[in-house]
Amino acid sequence: MKLRIIPMTAVLGLVLSGCGGATSDAGSAPSGESKGTVNLAINPWVGYEANAAVIEYLLEKELGYTVETKNLKEEIAWQGFETGEVDAIVENWGHPDLKKTYIEDKKVAVDAGPTGNTGVIGWYVPQWMVEQYPDITDGANLNKYADLFKTSESGAQGQLLDGDPSFVTNDAALVENLKLNYKVVYSGSEAALIKAAQQATAQKKPLLFYFYEPQWLFAKEKYARVKLPAYTEGCDADPKKVACDYPDYVLDKVVSKKFADTGGAAYEFVKNFTWTNDDQNLVSDYLTNQGMSAEQAAEKWASEHEATWKSWIPAGS
Amino acid sequence: MIEVERLWKVFGPRAERVPGSPLAALPRAELRDRLGCLVAVRDVSFQVAANEVFVVMGLSGSGKSTLVRCLTRLIEPTAGEVRIDGEAVRAMSAKRLRELRRHRVAMVFQHFGLLPHRQVLDNVAYGLEIQGAGRAQRHARAAEVLELVGLTGHERQLPEQLSGGMQQRVGLARALATDPEVLLFDEPFSALDPLIRRDMQAEVRRLHAEVGKTMVFITHDLAEALTLGDRIAVLRDGELVQVGTPEELVGAPADDYVADFVRDVPRADVLTLRWITRDAAEGEELEDTPLPQDTVIRDAVARVLRADRPVPVVDGDVRVGVVDAEQLLPALLGHRRQVPA
Amino acid sequence: MTVTTAGRETGAAEDGAGHPGRWGAAGLRSGRTRIAVLVVVSVVALLSFRTTAAADSSDAAAFRFFDGVRDWVDANRDVNPLFLYGVNYIRLGVRLLVDAVSAGLTGLGFAGLVAVAGALALVVAGWRAGLLAVTGFVAFAVLGLWAESVETLALTLSAVLIAVVLGVPLGVLAARVRWVGAALRPVLDVMQILPTFAYLAPMTLLFLIGSPAAVIATLIYAVPVTIRITELGIAGVAPTAVEAATAQGATRLQLLTGVRLPMARPTLVLAVNQTVMMALSMAVVTALIDAPGLGQNIIRALERVNVGAAFDAGLAIVIMAVVLDRVTTAASRRRPHSWRVAVPVLGAAAVVAALPIGDAVPRFSFAAPVNALTGWVELHWYDVTEWLKNTVSAILLNPLETTLTTTPWWLFTVLVLVAGLLMADWRSALIAAASAAGVNGLGLWQHAMQTLATVLVATVLTMLIGVWAGVLCARHDRLAVLTRPLLDAAQTMPSFVYLLPAVALFGASRFTAIVAAVIFAVPPVVRLVERGVRDVPATVVEAALSAGSTPRQLLWKVQLPMARGGLLLAANQGIVMVLAMVVVGGLVGAGALGYDVVAGFSQREDFGRGLAAGFAIVLLGVLLDRLTQGFHRSTKGSRQ
Repeated sequence: MKLRIIPMTAVLGLVLSGCGGATSDAGSAPSGESKGTVNLAINPWVGYEANAAVIEYLLEKELGYTVETKNLKEEIAWQGFETGEVDAIVENWGHPDLKKTYIEDKKVAVDAGPTGNTGVIGWYVPQWMVEQYPDITDGANLNKYADLFKTSESGAQGQLLDGDPSFVTNDAALVENLKLNYKVVYSGSEAALIKAAQQATAQKKPLLFYFYEPQWLFAKEKYARVKLPAYTEGCDADPKKVACDYPDYVLDKVVSKKFADTGGAAYEFVKNFTWTNDDQNLVSDYLTNQGMSAEQAAEKWASEHEATWKSWIPAGS
Repeated sequence: MIEVERLWKVFGPRAERVPGSPLAALPRAELRDRLGCLVAVRDVSFQVAANEVFVVMGLSGSGKSTLVRCLTRLIEPTAGEVRIDGEAVRAMSAKRLRELRRHRVAMVFQHFGLLPHRQVLDNVAYGLEIQGAGRAQRHARAAEVLELVGLTGHERQLPEQLSGGMQQRVGLARALATDPEVLLFDEPFSALDPLIRRDMQAEVRRLHAEVGKTMVFITHDLAEALTLGDRIAVLRDGELVQVGTPEELVGAPADDYVADFVRDVPRADVLTLRWITRDAAEGEELEDTPLPQDTVIRDAVARVLRADRPVPVVDGDVRVGVVDAEQLLPALLGHRRQVPA
Repeated sequence: MTVTTAGRETGAAEDGAGHPGRWGAAGLRSGRTRIAVLVVVSVVALLSFRTTAAADSSDAAAFRFFDGVRDWVDANRDVNPLFLYGVNYIRLGVRLLVDAVSAGLTGLGFAGLVAVAGALALVVAGWRAGLLAVTGFVAFAVLGLWAESVETLALTLSAVLIAVVLGVPLGVLAARVRWVGAALRPVLDVMQILPTFAYLAPMTLLFLIGSPAAVIATLIYAVPVTIRITELGIAGVAPTAVEAATAQGATRLQLLTGVRLPMARPTLVLAVNQTVMMALSMAVVTALIDAPGLGQNIIRALERVNVGAAFDAGLAIVIMAVVLDRVTTAASRRRPHSWRVAVPVLGAAAVVAALPIGDAVPRFSFAAPVNALTGWVELHWYDVTEWLKNTVSAILLNPLETTLTTTPWWLFTVLVLVAGLLMADWRSALIAAASAAGVNGLGLWQHAMQTLATVLVATVLTMLIGVWAGVLCARHDRLAVLTRPLLDAAQTMPSFVYLLPAVALFGASRFTAIVAAVIFAVPPVVRLVERGVRDVPATVVEAALSAGSTPRQLLWKVQLPMARGGLLLAANQGIVMVLAMVVVGGLVGAGALGYDVVAGFSQREDFGRGLAAGFAIVLLGVLLDRLTQGFHRSTKGSRQ
């Protein structure tokens, strides 16, 4: 109750003094101040959840903040900077357009440095296919094998299985621009992708799918990346004309301007956070395959890697 | 008291063009086919005297319910005039009309029209409540009229807990609560069982005897009309066919329609001697004690049949004729058309 | 969701009751001729004008236009007076309301809220409802979903509050002022066929993300029902009572407050009941635009394909729905306790609220057993489910989809117009044809036709199952009694929840959306069919039986023909619900318009297309609704 009353009085004040009209962040809870509530966006893939789990755990246990997590798709999470719903996004994949809008134009968000992870996006096939069709990993040969990938969803074309519609993807443009006889089918989520991939390996069913690293699945089973025309600087500038592979992404963190200004130790901590793909895969594995909750997974990792996270804690807190 | 003059009610598009134009002469069916208009009340005029019970009778669809609603403009008349106590109802402002409805004219409905969410007492007090009467005052008055209609003890019940007859008593009490000059009844008892209906008719007669009031009573039941009415108006297709006392209706129907209506009425119960007297023959020997001419035939049967000679019939002191068994028997048995001598 | 589009349903049911089904041999013959002509013409036209089904352009004019709108709104959100003094204040006001409601609910604490909920239910709806409320609220904590449940409850109550404040006066006006009613009717018609998904993106554009946008979206979803049922209630007040009060000299205001509103009370409470159910199901869906609560759990479960986790959240939603439904239904049937009972009971609740009682209840989750069961089913039924999916796709879905997507848009529009003219009236035909042309104008023809194909297949399956089950229920009283609570529960469940079992069984595909749509739409169809068959007058059935009909003859020659109104209404309702669900299926691989919408609010460059897809869905809905409802109406007209 107390937690709620303070923002409300703030809002009332705003209303009463608001002769100048209401701006879009009117009425949002002031974040990161004395009480210390941090609003953490949770994007829908397990690697992100791993980052968030550890950050949430340490912010609460080591720094004494309260963390509110919000399940949001990427684009919507960025909007949250503007409305005050979101203080931090802790694994951002590129998104130069969003950075331009929210960081440069609107000035409601700021870059909070890399997470230490390198992101790779690409098209993958299960290892048994590479053994059976060695030249399948060359994108130029995909049309030759299109029949293999036919499903009830793709009809006469081969199927390229994608994930959540909100994920960073050029696949629809790629299929068109590379003149591939394929149809992009969206499974709707990371979990559905993983399930399909596991089935493809276990039952030796052909599957061509969109996937990415860091991802715990690569630690369990082998998948081979299909080579598309190499990425060159700027070849993906126009999302509708893309005809090259995905670049490597330096995954980073983005926080709201307000959080950067008033977040104090919490902001410093988020800025300092950086770890390796192996760290993330470990926590992801805890989350997905060991049936742990976010808190349990973060606790287990933190107890084993104190040296890593000690350096994130800002001096003097 | 109530004067109705050339009243029209036409439903349908541009209804106001019908009265007073050549169209007004067209029969109902043709008007409906040609203009899509329905004539419910056609050029009706009558007067109701103070303290009179005036019954409007007709089959369903004859326009009688529309007619009674036109009296207080629950349905807006198309043409003509209604005057209550000399005041023109159609000229009244909304406020004045409300005053009329609140204080001077009350209505009892076929389907009772009780408010299901209010207790009996509050239903009866509703009229006073919307006039702004205080709670204690209106409850006292409501209790009073409830006693009048014999519902004491049921004040706190909801309408749905009462039988149909009792519900209509509530309706009656509600109409009486504001002490109006005029009571309008729209087929109030037609939804009730025959036995209850007879009770209620007696109730109305008793109330009329006790509190007076001018009453306009709508019914499709001839027996009811004959029992209650001082005068009866017969309505057919919106037109008045005949207005008269029960005797006049039975004794001298204006046309075949009315005659058909009253055919099954036991005339001996309705007609008086004056309808069946004949002139005494030259030098005929008569009984000594005469009978007044307004004696109902049935009451005269015993005397006339027991008498050896014809019985003279008098109007006051003047002899108007004589009756004997010859005259009585047709009235008791047959349906022969009777014409006053 | 007890009655999804209650107003329409009730209205049409009344119509149906007014004109007991009768169709002469002539009507039958001409109906058959019409359909035969239509089929022949369509086949010839389709064969002669097939196109190559070129994919939709990714850069249609409509998309660019909507992108432009988005950019303008983005740039002017904190500058333009329309936002500064209008939209943003609405958002602020709604936020204040939600915060206040949620502060009130959370401020009571666990024990307090349970006690207050129980006490309120007891006062307005009797001790059974009170007991149910207490049990239900405790169950939220037992499932470990207390906080989420309270958030969802707060959202729902806020939306219902606004819906009642706006909807009841509008409903009264609609019932009393002819032009208001006439003006509202088409607006409400469209609002009621709006699939929930279609207007989430415009909501975020105007009101950004978060609770305010969620409450407003929920409001838009729920308020038509409030207005419709209020209108019905006020219009249905016994005219004799109104006349009696008028004859006593009541003013208009006195009539409204003393007669109309009190007499419509049961219907008004029913309006609140239906509003609550609608709002609850929508409040869950708004988790997609960052509304807190149980919807978040469902979305997360969907993302992880974790049926068990979703089961707990779904169960909490159903419990909440059942509690709210029973309390409000009971409240509409009885009058509340007088203050003599109310004051002590509420006082006792206040005392409990003040006591320091924690929410230390034993926890129980269904996640593990449900996941175990799902795993088993996935493992052992894999071949069956794959076969089913592939067969339906190959035999029904793909041919239909190919036919539709290879039809040129103008030919389809003409066919819709002709079908409308033959089966409905010219007005419905024109509206339907205009909708078809509009879909093409939005640049989403291929996707719309794919969605339509899925919708049609799902509708056929829904009707087959629904009519079969409805007839069974109508003919076997015991079966009807057994299925009633099941149907109740199914109809209180938000559409979202049905995706999960479908995904678990069939993976990500169009067939998944079909399965979910069938599960979603069958209960109301069963209801309507059962009612239609049962409403056949007993005397007619008796007459047919005494003429020596066998049960089968009775069904085919008497009951089904006479229940035609109910069947057509069921088809209309079914198709609208199926559309809503198929679109949500975009979340789990059903693609087409639903996917465009999801992508629209998750990918910046797809915003324009997402918004266009939202409109396309609405147009598709109008098209299907007009054709089926027009049919329904025109057959009624010809019978008169």
